[in-house]
Amino acid sequence: MDTILTLLEKDTRLTPKEIASMLSLSEDEVRSAISEYEKNGTIVAYKALIDWDKTDREIVSAVIELKVTPQRDRGFDKIAEKLLNYPEITSVCLMSGSYDIQLIIEGKTLREVAQFVAMKLAPMDCITATSTSFVLKKYKDKGVIYQTPEEDERGSCPV
Amino acid sequence: MIDYNTLIPQHIAALPSSGIRKFFDLLDNMKDVTALTVGQPDFVTPWHIREAAIESLERGKTYYTSNAGLMECRREIAAYMKRRFSLDYDPQNEILTTVGGSEAIDITVRALVTPGDEVIIPEPCFVCYAPIVTLAGGIPVRLPLTAKNKFKLTPEELAAVLTEKTKLLILAFPNNPTGAIMEKEELEAIAAMLRDTNIAVLSDEIYAELTYGKRHVSIASLEGMRERTVVVGGFSKAYAMTGWRLGYTLAPKEITRGMYKIHQYAIMCAPTQSQFAAIEALKNGDADIEEMKAEYDRRRHYILKGLEEIGLECFAPEGAFYVFPKIAGFGLSSEEFCEKLLYDYRVAIVPGTAFGECGEGFARISYAYSVPHITKALEGIGKFVKDLKESL
Repeated sequence: MDTILTLLEKDTRLTPKEIASMLSLSEDEVRSAISEYEKNGTIVAYKALIDWDKTDREIVSAVIELKVTPQRDRGFDKIAEKLLNYPEITSVCLMSGSYDIQLIIEGKTLREVAQFVAMKLAPMDCITATSTSFVLKKYKDKGVIYQTPEEDERGSCPV
Repeated sequence: MIDYNTLIPQHIAALPSSGIRKFFDLLDNMKDVTALTVGQPDFVTPWHIREAAIESLERGKTYYTSNAGLMECRREIAAYMKRRFSLDYDPQNEILTTVGGSEAIDITVRALVTPGDEVIIPEPCFVCYAPIVTLAGGIPVRLPLTAKNKFKLTPEELAAVLTEKTKLLILAFPNNPTGAIMEKEELEAIAAMLRDTNIAVLSDEIYAELTYGKRHVSIASLEGMRERTVVVGGFSKAYAMTGWRLGYTLAPKEITRGMYKIHQYAIMCAPTQSQFAAIEALKNGDADIEEMKAEYDRRRHYILKGLEEIGLECFAPEGAFYVFPKIAGFGLSSEEFCEKLLYDYRVAIVPGTAFGECGEGFARISYAYSVPHITKALEGIGKFVKDLKESL
């Protein structure tokens, strides 16, 4: 059944009917597997990858590295859970290595992102240091290369 | 003024252009067509394989290799054939790397056929065998296979065409265009008829890695068959390496010696960068094969289900990446069916007759395409069949 997940991870638009044909399962089997995955949180969401650079929308994203003082009994969970609530923050990961938490923040302008770091993040008691790097160009994300789809260039060799 | 009519030899002028070529020419001039026509993978060659070729260029390996190919490449081919198909060949004098499976087929036929020899070609099949036999002065003996036998070759069918002049049998399984495979017992029945003869076998196993549920068996692995068989293989289908033009032959040294001479004079050697890429593919590419094969298998199931829903009869192929549904019964020839489908419904598939006259009543559909693309094509085919049924 893990194949269903692999297929959906690549293309969330596949319908249960299509998946059923591909895997020689019944449509009902696929539907109930998917609904189980949704219920137990294995499938978290279905989203599209969008290259906003191709639109008029201005968007700035930054990777922010945080050094954090862990809290008694709760480690890094408490601060992580607090950070989740900010809609500007699109990704929160606990890291190994020279810093503790990595955030990805999106805003309309550089200033907006900088303000968020200075006014919201830096003052938090347990955050001891921040380092902000702005994303200049996205080449690949979630395994997908950001490029205009190429035409089928396979030559018409009579094979 | 030069007279081309006498300049160009009659047998070249008379050589027919392939039926599939004609169909592709029609297609080339049309826009907005959803095609399921190509005979090559839609995957890009895995990056680690491409990188090996790039590295060979960076390090200036731009020379000819030895005629037979890089020794390391031949050694890896030998190891791979042993690992995957239990075949044992000496890289020193029983393996040649060639410019694709195509050259391998050509030099095999040329090294074995004397003018007047008969070569048995079970059809439907890939388009090159009969013309190559003709060019070598041989006589192609076309043997029509049937849907009833799932397009496998039976000993009865073979017996009916064997003569004193038979020199060579061409076996191409897994098969393009039908997707048929031949299993061990079925090959054994064919082998039993050849063991006491002086007939050779060209076993074109270019799709050997693409079988679903069953492992491919090479006829060369059966008792008494190695001595008379030339196995033709290549990288195009298994590793998605069509453009690299690299194939190989495995044959006893007595046969290889002749092929080697033709290859040496006509070709020199296969492309060097491709050979470096091949070494990487053979060493570290087994997982790539499995991944691509799993995807083809899902599409195979998908397209068979789609054809079933449309109401086109199709035997379940167990190899390659084609299905070969029956399209007879609508009062149209295969060619008419495919042309109407192309012009009126903007979907391209290849008439079965492109692969031999016995392909009449069938069409080849390739599933070397993404599922959304296949879905779109099936919609067009479905609509066409529905309209045909209503007009009957």
